[in-house]
Amino acid sequence: MNKKTSILHSNFLYTVIAIIIGFLIGAIFLVIAGVSPMEAYAKIIDSVISKPKNIMTTLAYASPVMLTGLSVAFSFRTGVFNIGAEGQFVVGTLAATIVGIFVDVPAIIHIPLCIIAAAAAGAFWSLVCGVMKVKRGIHEVLSFIMFNWIAYYLSNYMVNTTFLKREGGGEATKDLLESARIESGDFNYAIVIAVILAVITWIVIEKTTLGYKLKAVGFNKFSAEYAGIDSGKSILTALAISGALAGIGGAVQVMGMGGRLAQFASQEGYGFEGITVALIGSSNPLGVIFAGIFYGAMKYGGTKLTMVHAPSEIINIIMGCVVIFIAIAHVFKALFLSIGKKKEA
Amino acid sequence: MDTIISNLGLLINAALIATPPLLFAALGSCFSERCGVVNIGIEGMMTIGAVTGAITALTTGNGLLAFLCGGLAGALFGLIHAIVCVSLHADQTIAGTAINFIGPGIAVFLCRILYNSSDTPAIDSSAKLPKIFNGIFETGSFGSNVLNVYSMAYLVFVVAWVCWFVFYKTKFGAHLRACGEHPEACESLGIDVYKVRYICVILSGFLAGLGGAFVTLATVSQFRPTVIVGQGFIAIAAVIFGKFSPEGALKGCLIFGVCNGIKALVGQGNYVSPNIISMIPYVVTIIALIAFVGRANAPAANGKPYIKSR
Repeated sequence: MNKKTSILHSNFLYTVIAIIIGFLIGAIFLVIAGVSPMEAYAKIIDSVISKPKNIMTTLAYASPVMLTGLSVAFSFRTGVFNIGAEGQFVVGTLAATIVGIFVDVPAIIHIPLCIIAAAAAGAFWSLVCGVMKVKRGIHEVLSFIMFNWIAYYLSNYMVNTTFLKREGGGEATKDLLESARIESGDFNYAIVIAVILAVITWIVIEKTTLGYKLKAVGFNKFSAEYAGIDSGKSILTALAISGALAGIGGAVQVMGMGGRLAQFASQEGYGFEGITVALIGSSNPLGVIFAGIFYGAMKYGGTKLTMVHAPSEIINIIMGCVVIFIAIAHVFKALFLSIGKKKEA
Repeated sequence: MDTIISNLGLLINAALIATPPLLFAALGSCFSERCGVVNIGIEGMMTIGAVTGAITALTTGNGLLAFLCGGLAGALFGLIHAIVCVSLHADQTIAGTAINFIGPGIAVFLCRILYNSSDTPAIDSSAKLPKIFNGIFETGSFGSNVLNVYSMAYLVFVVAWVCWFVFYKTKFGAHLRACGEHPEACESLGIDVYKVRYICVILSGFLAGLGGAFVTLATVSQFRPTVIVGQGFIAIAAVIFGKFSPEGALKGCLIFGVCNGIKALVGQGNYVSPNIISMIPYVVTIIALIAFVGRANAPAANGKPYIKSR
């Protein structure tokens, strides 16, 4: 395969095309709203990269969605659809908050402890659905959706208990102890945690026997079983890892930017944003790093759009269009390859 | 005795408010899933139906027209889903996820352009859906609670019966079920799989749009970004619960509806945290699944793009 056709075969090219088309469709909507697309897009770019502080904020926005993105990407690669990352994220936040408030130990122990608690909570939340799938054949999409809502109300319940609720009003918990915070000065370590976990996840999927087994079950459960792999056990392992990643996403959110857990008014959407991040990153953990940063930039830049009188919802429209065009990337691929062949002939 | 009857009235009333949006959407989801196209975009389609309904009601003052327009807006998104999934063979979950971003995105975007806010103004009660028995019963009485509800709350059960009839008693129903199980075999019998799937997916958008419009035109009387949040997914859950059949979806939606009624009743006292009460529908569903329903058998070809052989 020569260089030109290998470019035409890479997912990256089509992701870039999808992003460009997404922005073009977004521009049409902006024109309808009476806003200059150039001005709006310039505002997004400017607000993201103009100051080092803004770049840091962008990365802080990127970290939780990168982790839920990893969670979903891992589940896609192992043949289950973790639509429950939302709930696992929420129980992760809750676990990290409780450990962050009540366990008083030095930061070097406290931070890992919070993260482990969140990972365990996320893994547990996902495993319950996994066990129902493996033992009783209950469709995981259904149980995940139920567990997203149970987590949501559980969190809102816990926030309002006297045990956690902050004194002096406000629908939120007490502040996490300083030793559990990963934001010091202007630097938020969440991104470091997210990137390290992305690399580890990549190694697990691509370079270990465990990853090979999980992928085999995802690819074809029956042939994997024929080859002697216990498919039920594999599905549970995959779901536990996926849930743990989403849970850690919740931990870095509350230990970084949040500092405390507030009552939710509606679902936060980190899990669903994770689906988009996973798709933009082609379900590859290393791709998810860049997709997460892209999403974080759009999310943070979007909050500044009101300054140029553009509705910030344009971000959701653009992201949705990007995802649709990623979904039909194979159409572009076939088109380009046929054009390429004609030229050669 | 009187309190029992009046409480029963309240329960039925709350159930008749909570069930219709879910049931409209769930019936839509049945069509799509049974013909072999996973439609996770129900949520986005409901949202676009909700906002279109609200805007139409505010501009024309006609509740029924607004309801219909909500359905049509949902159908438009169904068409997009059909083009992407059926003709262009895209991954159906990915396409649905995209619709869940685009639908709510456009909905709030429209509100910002038209009303300079993320919400629409309140809809006047004359522009909402009609109540047939308005003014006949004393307010708060059993009769009023059970019968003086928005007419569409009863219509949806008729629609559910019609869907059941279409599914099991018509040729089209047999074709659509077959397309979800074995599209290649259908094609060899001369059934146009693409056409059947297009009709079903557009219909699923239409019904989801009606469900969304019911929320803004009856329950909430305005559009807010949070009016739909989650209901589309619960409708999908009800369909899986009901093993992908209209009558099963009806049962699933009724569980949610009645649990909402219980929620409304128990919520009157302050004995239990409202957050714990709100968990009831979800916990009951999980228990019912484990105890009675068990294995969900999705249509064999569900989620697999079908590529016509030439």
